[in-house]
Amino acid sequence: MNYCNLITIFAFINLLVSIPHGYSNYVETKAGQFFSSGHTNNWAVLVCTSRFWFNYRHVANTLSVYRSVKRLGIPDSHIVLMLADDMACNYRNPKPATVFSHKNMELNVYGDDVEVDYRGYEVTVENFLRVLTGRLPPSTPRSKRLLSDDRSNILIYLTGHGGNGFLKFQDSEEISNMELADAFEQMWQKRRYNELLFIIDTCQGASMYERFYSPNLMALASSQVGEDSLSHQPDLGIGVHLMDKYTFYLLEFLEEVHPASQANMNDLFKVCPQSQCVSTPGHRTDLFQRDPGSVLITDFFGSVRKVEITKDTINLTSPVEPPIKRSGSSDIQIESLTYVDQLPVAEIIHQQDCLEANVTRCRRKQQRTRKLNCQVVEKQTA
Amino acid sequence: MGLLSDPNRRKALTGLLTRLNTPICIVCYLAGIVWFMGLAFEPFTLRTYMSENAMGSTMVEERFSSGERALSLAKEFDAHKRQARGMPVEWLVKAMQSRGLEVFTQSFSRKLPFPDENKERYMVRGTNVYGILRAPRAPRTEALVITAPCSPGNTNNQAVALLLALAQYFRNQIYWAKDIIFLVNEHDLIGTQAWLEGYHHTNITGMEYSPLQGRAGSIQAALSLELSSDVITSLDLVLEGLNGQLPNLDLANLFYAFCQKLGVLCTIQGKLQRNDWDTAEGYTHAAQTMMLMVLKQACGRSWGDHGLFLRYHIEAASVRGINSFRHYKTDATTIGRLLEGMVRKLNNLLERLHQSYFFYLLPSLSRFVSIGYYMPAFGLLAVILLLRVSFPGLCHCFSVSLQPSSPGVLTVLTPVVISHLTGVALYLLPVHLQEMAVEHFPVSETEAVVLTAIAIYTAGLALPHNTQRLLSGEGTEQGWKVLKLTALLYLAVLLGCTALINFSLGFILAVTLVPITASITPHMPKALYAVVMVLLSPAFTILYCVFIYQELIEAPVSVSEGWMLFLSVISQGILDHALYGSLVYPLLALFIYPCWLMFWNILFWN
Repeated sequence: MNYCNLITIFAFINLLVSIPHGYSNYVETKAGQFFSSGHTNNWAVLVCTSRFWFNYRHVANTLSVYRSVKRLGIPDSHIVLMLADDMACNYRNPKPATVFSHKNMELNVYGDDVEVDYRGYEVTVENFLRVLTGRLPPSTPRSKRLLSDDRSNILIYLTGHGGNGFLKFQDSEEISNMELADAFEQMWQKRRYNELLFIIDTCQGASMYERFYSPNLMALASSQVGEDSLSHQPDLGIGVHLMDKYTFYLLEFLEEVHPASQANMNDLFKVCPQSQCVSTPGHRTDLFQRDPGSVLITDFFGSVRKVEITKDTINLTSPVEPPIKRSGSSDIQIESLTYVDQLPVAEIIHQQDCLEANVTRCRRKQQRTRKLNCQVVEKQTA
Repeated sequence: MGLLSDPNRRKALTGLLTRLNTPICIVCYLAGIVWFMGLAFEPFTLRTYMSENAMGSTMVEERFSSGERALSLAKEFDAHKRQARGMPVEWLVKAMQSRGLEVFTQSFSRKLPFPDENKERYMVRGTNVYGILRAPRAPRTEALVITAPCSPGNTNNQAVALLLALAQYFRNQIYWAKDIIFLVNEHDLIGTQAWLEGYHHTNITGMEYSPLQGRAGSIQAALSLELSSDVITSLDLVLEGLNGQLPNLDLANLFYAFCQKLGVLCTIQGKLQRNDWDTAEGYTHAAQTMMLMVLKQACGRSWGDHGLFLRYHIEAASVRGINSFRHYKTDATTIGRLLEGMVRKLNNLLERLHQSYFFYLLPSLSRFVSIGYYMPAFGLLAVILLLRVSFPGLCHCFSVSLQPSSPGVLTVLTPVVISHLTGVALYLLPVHLQEMAVEHFPVSETEAVVLTAIAIYTAGLALPHNTQRLLSGEGTEQGWKVLKLTALLYLAVLLGCTALINFSLGFILAVTLVPITASITPHMPKALYAVVMVLLSPAFTILYCVFIYQELIEAPVSVSEGWMLFLSVISQGILDHALYGSLVYPLLALFIYPCWLMFWNILFWN
């Protein structure tokens, strides 16, 4: 009896000891996960390429993705929204200033705070490629630029009328899949993205991602080559089709996602199977380096800041080692090097510490540093 | 080497053509007729479909509900019409103004060249009233027209009332991208012509009209309403316009789509569609519908108020309500909904209708035959003329005609000139000599005109006899061959050009003219051939068409009634030409008749 008791007590003590250890392991794994995706900011480029009243659904598609992306945290300054026509203020719209995505006018995706960066005739192939590659004239305002860096995850969503190997812009020009692939390669060589998710909802959309050859690209399309993407439901009051099937189910899927959700790309691939969509959605992950199962939806659709509040201390191994003191020369003081303060708050706050005699010099120095700080601050948010 | 560039093969081909000329001609003729009749056979036709993307397949929910109010308005309109004994202009102006439209009037007057006995009018004076519904948010660059005629008596009261009810309903909607013009015209076609000429600042028919005070932009489409009863059993679509021009097929498709959606019976040429195309009755029904369309198109007059819009590249159609003895009746609200749906779809247009066919034949509302399918029927007939040109008897007359001093040329030129002068006389004299005729004969002006035309036509038959005697020498062999060559080429060019503009007219003329003209020579038995030629002359073609038409609309006439109808058709043709610019009468008088006279000349060459 005592032997059994002893074993139980021993196991219990073991368990008690291992829990905090396991917990710190868990925390370390989570901490490790903080930096697993490698991105620090999110951008979205959402493009609707068709104009005319009967292409209402393409504008509604783009606006519903815009709505999801904003809801999950990406701010307007990081979204480049291109709409080729104005459906909300079209003369034929019986409900002006609205764009609905569900029939019976359930959901107005236009809302009050839509910020369209490229509108109407500005949505051209040239402007789209310039936005992607960053080759814009210096007078272009910041809201029209894709100011991404090598730690940005970019979501690119295109919708409109397309065919085998091309996407039609505004009834007058086309972008081919080769041009798109080359644009992405330019972005890669200029280190303008960390990872890129490309979604396209057009007829024969899969042909648009066939030619990609740059790394870290994942692509989804609403239909295969030779298939048409179909529209979802008409609204009898407005008189047009409101959404395309694929984006409708994508919107339904995204409505369930919240900033902390752990849904990953494999769930996204399952959106809108052929039974619902009639066309077969396709995806391409061979250029992507991580496993799609480990990629969170919010890595692309949201702008999730890696913040987790904890009340425990975590022991992180220090990457910076203090210099080894040599035995002989103790007079040579090797000072350890540290990074300059990005924002010397201390100097700004403690300006009263300046001596009377050095007031002018001090103030002048502060003015200089303040100017320098402004420039530094600008560079940071660029 | 190719078939035509290899001299040996070419010789063999021409040898074949010359040897087998007559059999090939007969085969071509029969093939042309069979091809034409086969067009109505359903497997050879295509199902109609909406071509215009902007009008799409999505229907809107129609919410028009003031059918009853429209019917009471019809009674009010009738009362005012009787009181004013014409068009109640003030009442219409007030009614449109109270519905929020911008109302304008236009007065017009026209003196007909001779009194119209069918409609009993000679000096026509009238007023058009139209109201413009301005689109609430759009610029005033485009417009749609809905028109209803103000007719004397009990007709078309409900059409005008429905127009006003629709105007009131449309005024409360905000989704209009084009201005809508509601036009009530007096004296049907004459009023519409005056309005259109005023709107487009043209004057092609010598009408006097006051200029339009209000305008709305470029007209994209027009609908004409004819409704004379409170309830209807079916809606008839009328497409044929002036000179056989047809509106874009998308307009017919739109009408058919809405008829199907609202469950209204719709007909074309007054005939319902049948589903049993593989039976003899089904095929006959489709063939009858198609023949009616061909006959209506060939006569070149506008069969509804919409026909005059087509000349200005405005796609227009007439919708006529028919009340026959059927169980299921449709009320005014449903008709209003149908029109609301159609106008709302036309509102979505971004450019004029141009995606679908402009040249087609309809054996039924849901099946059509496009120009690519029906033109070979005419082509087979025209090729007969060209085959006859290559006939060896005619070939070596080229060398003869090149010599300027040959008697052949002068002998050929004379019949040509005289035939054309006769044609000019046929065109000008009936209208100009009517006063003289009325003085000397106890007939009315209309009868005078028609009978003068027939007299000149018959007098032309006697001419070749006389001119031959006037000229020195008898006609030579080469002479008539050169004349036949010229006449065949002339006829081929004429018929080809006519068929391009108005296929039905070209085809009907070809069917009757080609057999005799291709086979005519002076060596035939003259009496028999003369009778055959007269029986297949253009005038008799018109007579046969009148009889066939009456048979097809199931109102057969006796010979005397047919003759009276024939006379009225001629007078209507002359009137249409004077009033609206219809080209059938000048074509027949100035070109076809002289051409036929040239062949008549060949027959009596010796």
